[in-house]
Amino acid sequence: MDLSLAPPSAAVLSFAEEVGATGPVAVLGGRTHWHVAGELDAGARLVRAPSGIVAHEPEELIVRCGAGTPVGELTEALAEHGQMSPLDPASPDATVGGVLSVGYSGVRRLRYGPVRDLLLEARYVAANGELVKAGAPVVKNVTGFDLCRLLVGSVGTLGLIGEVVLRCRPIPAATRWLLSVDADPWVTRRALFGASAVLWDGNTTWVLLEGYAADVDAEARVLSPSFTEVAGPPPLPAGVRLSLAPKALRGLSASVLGGPFVAEIGIGTVHVASGAPKVASSSNSSGDARVAMLNRELKAAFDPTGRLNPGRRP
Amino acid sequence: MSPSSPELLAELRAALAPIRVLDSPFEKVLYARDASAVGYAPPGVVCLPLTTAEVQACVRIAAAHGRPVTPRGSGTGLAGGAVPLNDPVVIVTTKMNRLVEVDEDSRTAWVEPGLLNLDLSRQVAHLGLHYAPDPSSQQTCSIGGNVASNSGGPHCLLHGCTSAHVLAIEVVLADGSVCVLGGPEPDAPGYDLRGAFVGSEGTMGIATKILVRLMPNPPTIRTLLADFASIRDASAAVSAIIGAGILPAALEMMDANCIAAVENFAHAGLPLDAAAVLLVEVEGLAAGTEIAASEIVAQCRASGARAVRVAATVEERMLLWKARKSAFGAIANIKPNYYLHDCVVPRTKLVEVMEKVVDIVESRGLIVLNVFHAGDGNLHPLIVFDRREPGVEEKVQQAGKAIIEACVAAGGVLSGEHGIGLEKRDYMALVFSAVDLEHQQRLRDVFDPARRMNPEKVLPTGSWCGELHHVPEGAWI
Repeated sequence: MDLSLAPPSAAVLSFAEEVGATGPVAVLGGRTHWHVAGELDAGARLVRAPSGIVAHEPEELIVRCGAGTPVGELTEALAEHGQMSPLDPASPDATVGGVLSVGYSGVRRLRYGPVRDLLLEARYVAANGELVKAGAPVVKNVTGFDLCRLLVGSVGTLGLIGEVVLRCRPIPAATRWLLSVDADPWVTRRALFGASAVLWDGNTTWVLLEGYAADVDAEARVLSPSFTEVAGPPPLPAGVRLSLAPKALRGLSASVLGGPFVAEIGIGTVHVASGAPKVASSSNSSGDARVAMLNRELKAAFDPTGRLNPGRRP
Repeated sequence: MSPSSPELLAELRAALAPIRVLDSPFEKVLYARDASAVGYAPPGVVCLPLTTAEVQACVRIAAAHGRPVTPRGSGTGLAGGAVPLNDPVVIVTTKMNRLVEVDEDSRTAWVEPGLLNLDLSRQVAHLGLHYAPDPSSQQTCSIGGNVASNSGGPHCLLHGCTSAHVLAIEVVLADGSVCVLGGPEPDAPGYDLRGAFVGSEGTMGIATKILVRLMPNPPTIRTLLADFASIRDASAAVSAIIGAGILPAALEMMDANCIAAVENFAHAGLPLDAAAVLLVEVEGLAAGTEIAASEIVAQCRASGARAVRVAATVEERMLLWKARKSAFGAIANIKPNYYLHDCVVPRTKLVEVMEKVVDIVESRGLIVLNVFHAGDGNLHPLIVFDRREPGVEEKVQQAGKAIIEACVAAGGVLSGEHGIGLEKRDYMALVFSAVDLEHQQRLRDVFDPARRMNPEKVLPTGSWCGELHHVPEGAWI
């Protein structure tokens, strides 16, 4: 009766063997966000997840690949068939598994949604060394509880992702970045039907338009005449990444934040240069303690001995 | 059903108001099932709270009396998820139905769980916004129920299902505590508990307030109806459209039986001699939408479409959608009972699985109508029957099981949008190993260690002890 219990690949099996069942262990990806979720305990053994594209199925809009695949390699492979999976890390050296584990979305989130919506299936190694499958290689699925979304952003503390199936999309036909030094980013966002990104540093507003060339040009005409063509987005300050309610971005300034910043309008992510912003990331006000308890109990349920990525927490 | 103790009733009536605690036999049978034929169990008592505090009170009183809790929205579910098993206190959220607050900067809104899906879109329409997931039951299903089921709908092809549109959820947990999972900020601290809760079918708590994402209304919409002489051609067109790099907002198929049933009901001018029609919708800015629409026309013609009609007016478009979304009601003209399935297969397997489905059903002398989300590979075979015919229910049940097995064999899953509930609980081992299921159980147990919330749903009982490949007869009732 095990009709769809497709066996895991040899690469994933050997990854599980390498992770084993005992001792502190962590996955080494592209090392692009190695320090974001706390410092890894010095004694942890480092392993690498399998790398490489297993299968890209353009008609299904899905791709299966090893979690250790560099995003740059994935992007190139998908582009051969006119598709993409908008993980959008800052560096193409980041691995697919690393981006998912850290859970940071790229600047095109306004159009494509967060990275957590891209993961359709994950094969991960549990704390006891067993292989677990979450989700399935189909684009729509409510079969059982959503362990995939739980894994995204869990910084490898619940299970170590070995192989994934990601949702793909067609690459937009046209792409234009524009900037203005005197436009109001809020007015700009409202004026547009479907910007892929609206970025703001307190003075300058950048807009990314994607889609059919005729649509992109039509949207560009809606923008105030002060907008001019630019090659790409500004460099994103890499000091601190704040996560704020989108409306809290009104009134942000470099002096409040303690340094230069780029804010994602409509999303709430703020990239700040300095290490000590005076604005804290917002958090749940009611039931904070209960949520913290759920987080602790979840970690204990999935990794009772705390061997997975010790020292880190989401 | 055992009568509820006088103490339990008295405490609930003191906490809510006597009129919002129901226990008469007539009232209780109204809450004995959902919109499917799966399961029937009149509950001991039904509560209709108005506030989060009242929900908390109901949960705490139930716990003190050792009774489980079954949350319920509008009762439009199709997998038996709201069937009150183990004599629970049923907590119905339909009276908590306010749109609490809209934030235009964020394009989000806080809503209460009983707010109806379509009412939400209507109430934000003046802002040029709407709520994207649109189950066919959207006139009657609630946002809280949508969260429990991670509901889909035709337009989820482009925009994603409920989870992609829910940013935060205020929940009452099994211990009566209240907390907010997720938040208005893009990356709430900690694990994605919000993501874990969406689609948990009432087994992890009760949503009492939900922060939803709203989408701008598209300036241009084009709706096309393509007429095919075979399901094979129509399926080829689905693959051709996706393969051409077009992601329509919706891409739906109806077969000849379904066309006949809905045309008789909706009078939308559907071609009665077609073997299949595709209903395709593209939306966005004017120029791109026209380009996509002409490309879809070309792809349909190249795949053998006999005719492609583009809805010329808003009224014509609405009529086509009325036809699509009324498939359910239309079948009453054929037979009094139905069993609606919900499986997903890879798009490229549509033809193969559709042929199997028709064969499985017709070889048993039954009638099947197919109306489904072809773009997602999400099949909805609808078997119609008359319960009074001797032996028919067994045949329907056997056919259902064979359909599920055919979908799974093609690399598919048990459910695309209706959920597992009671209906498919005992089929979970077809797609997940004992270890996979045990991990899902761990997640549930973190939220509800005593398994008091909506007991006996989603996960097969005994999933932790390896008794997995036993699929009992009678899962479908």
